[in-house]
Amino acid sequence: MINVKRTLVFPGLVLLACWGVGLIFPDLFNAYFQTLVIYSCINIILAVSLNLVNGFTGQFSIGHAGFMAAGAYMSAWLTMTFPHWAGPFLGINFFFNTIAGGLLAAAAGYGVGLPSLRLKGDYLAIVTLGFGEIIRVVLLNIDAVGGARGMYGIPKTASFGWAAGWVFICILTVSRLVNSTHGRAFLSVREDEIAAESVGINTTQYKVRAFVISSFFAGVAGAIFAHFLCYLNPNSFNFMKSIDVVVMVVLGGMGSISGSVVAAIIITLLPEALRPLQEITKLDFRMVIYSLTLIVLMLTKPQGLFGKLEVSDIWKKYVRRSS
Amino acid sequence: MEAFFQHLINGISLGSIYALIALGYTMVYGILQLINFAHSDVYMVGAFIGFYSARWLHVSDSPSYMNFFTVLIIAMVGCGILGFLIERLAYRPIRNAPKLNALITAIGVSLFLEYTGQIVFGPTPQVFPNILSDSIIFSTTSGGVRITRFDATILLTGVGLMIVLEYIIHKTKLGKAMRATSYNSQWASLMGIPVDTIISMTFVIGSALAAAGGILVGIKYPKIEPLMGIMIGLKAFIAAVLGGIGNLGGAVLGGIIMGVAEEFVVGYGAATYRDALAFGILIIILLFRPAGLLGHFSVEKV
Repeated sequence: MINVKRTLVFPGLVLLACWGVGLIFPDLFNAYFQTLVIYSCINIILAVSLNLVNGFTGQFSIGHAGFMAAGAYMSAWLTMTFPHWAGPFLGINFFFNTIAGGLLAAAAGYGVGLPSLRLKGDYLAIVTLGFGEIIRVVLLNIDAVGGARGMYGIPKTASFGWAAGWVFICILTVSRLVNSTHGRAFLSVREDEIAAESVGINTTQYKVRAFVISSFFAGVAGAIFAHFLCYLNPNSFNFMKSIDVVVMVVLGGMGSISGSVVAAIIITLLPEALRPLQEITKLDFRMVIYSLTLIVLMLTKPQGLFGKLEVSDIWKKYVRRSS
Repeated sequence: MEAFFQHLINGISLGSIYALIALGYTMVYGILQLINFAHSDVYMVGAFIGFYSARWLHVSDSPSYMNFFTVLIIAMVGCGILGFLIERLAYRPIRNAPKLNALITAIGVSLFLEYTGQIVFGPTPQVFPNILSDSIIFSTTSGGVRITRFDATILLTGVGLMIVLEYIIHKTKLGKAMRATSYNSQWASLMGIPVDTIISMTFVIGSALAAAGGILVGIKYPKIEPLMGIMIGLKAFIAAVLGGIGNLGGAVLGGIIMGVAEEFVVGYGAATYRDALAFGILIIILLFRPAGLLGHFSVEKV
């Protein structure tokens, strides 16, 4: 039996709340803070979706920025070329364009995933890295989307409401997915591929599924990015961007959604928090500290901040027991 | 036809640089199964050590082979020490951790070197000192095909270093220990081979080769900057995968193929796809022959 209340009412209420907060959000905070929050939202979507592949399915993708680029360019191109194809309202158009961007990214994910997910470990990492870079180089050479000049004048439609709404949808999808039958299959692929295959799980198919869903959300994140920054350049989606997302996933803990959320926020805010240091020393130490933190964290706490636990598990383990 | 040969010569010269860097990747991968992302930045540091040592020795404007080899050896020694430190401080503690952690650490070291480089060396590109003068040493009568001294030096230095490496790996005790460690490090240590020392030596040798690559790139394309390693490092890594990672001959072959293919793509008018080509080659090779051209494919057993 489908529990209607659990399935529909709760998400509906949260989305409504996102929309409501989104309405008053610009009046409450200054532009700097808003930018940080929306960047955090974009990074959360990227990290949680990549966690589905890297954390839950145990595959190793470092080309997430390529799918983000595909979604960003698709949605921005639609907005620029057909401003009112889905009706007179900017918001509805934006919603459908975001989905279109996500679908293109998912299609790209299918095309990339189907041949390359046969590979394992480091090889898979390098192939996804290669595909990510190829998407970027191809975009650099398409003149219809500006090529190396970039794409200007995208209307600024993505507000806090949209970003937060998509974050919620992404987290909800991934968490419900991994707690479902399909999710068990993903986990079994991660734990032992040969054993999973021997109990009748089509491992390649499940890997591709995880990859496609993950790419879809990367595309959505790209669309929000495009409609928030109002300018796109292929070089924003380079190798470093992919690495950033991988770092978020590993920092938070592979296979922990709440870990990814926390890590995405930390990674977004850390360079900003270190800005005063740069002003004092007149040297850009931020990235040095970032990289050192990364190395030290890997040496001292290799399972990430949360390991495989969620916030709810930690709550049960430490807080409720003590009371 | 002349253009073809000219591109071929340029490609082989570029390819021997890729091969030198690819050797470092393939040696480390062969022993530790780790993609040493920091290798490309060791190469960058090598170019900068060359830059500063030429300044300190006051040979920035006196081109001669003597100065070239002095700078080359200083850079190789410097990077050897750097490679040793990287292995000792960052990679040794996580040797038994999951692969992904090792990879993230490698990326962390790479970022650390890049951004420390931006602070220490400055983010603006520098001009590599003129430690070797260029001249045409061979030219066809029409002048369509020419071999410059730079190309010849790069090729000969590269080949010389590869011969030295080949000698070390196959004729010395150290090389024998390295081969044993890469075959099975646990058994090697049971046979009394000091595995830690051997792994350190692998890093030292690989980093020294990367430094040589840095100097050779410096004399041919004299613009050096802290982020110069990213792209060439990726391409050298692809060269290593193309040849069959863990296989020294494969790295050289892959490097030459990459260099030649790239020069042809640039020479015949698709210069903007230069970077996509490398990844295109990589993807095709991994999909159809995942172990690379000269590698052996091993099937995972239960």
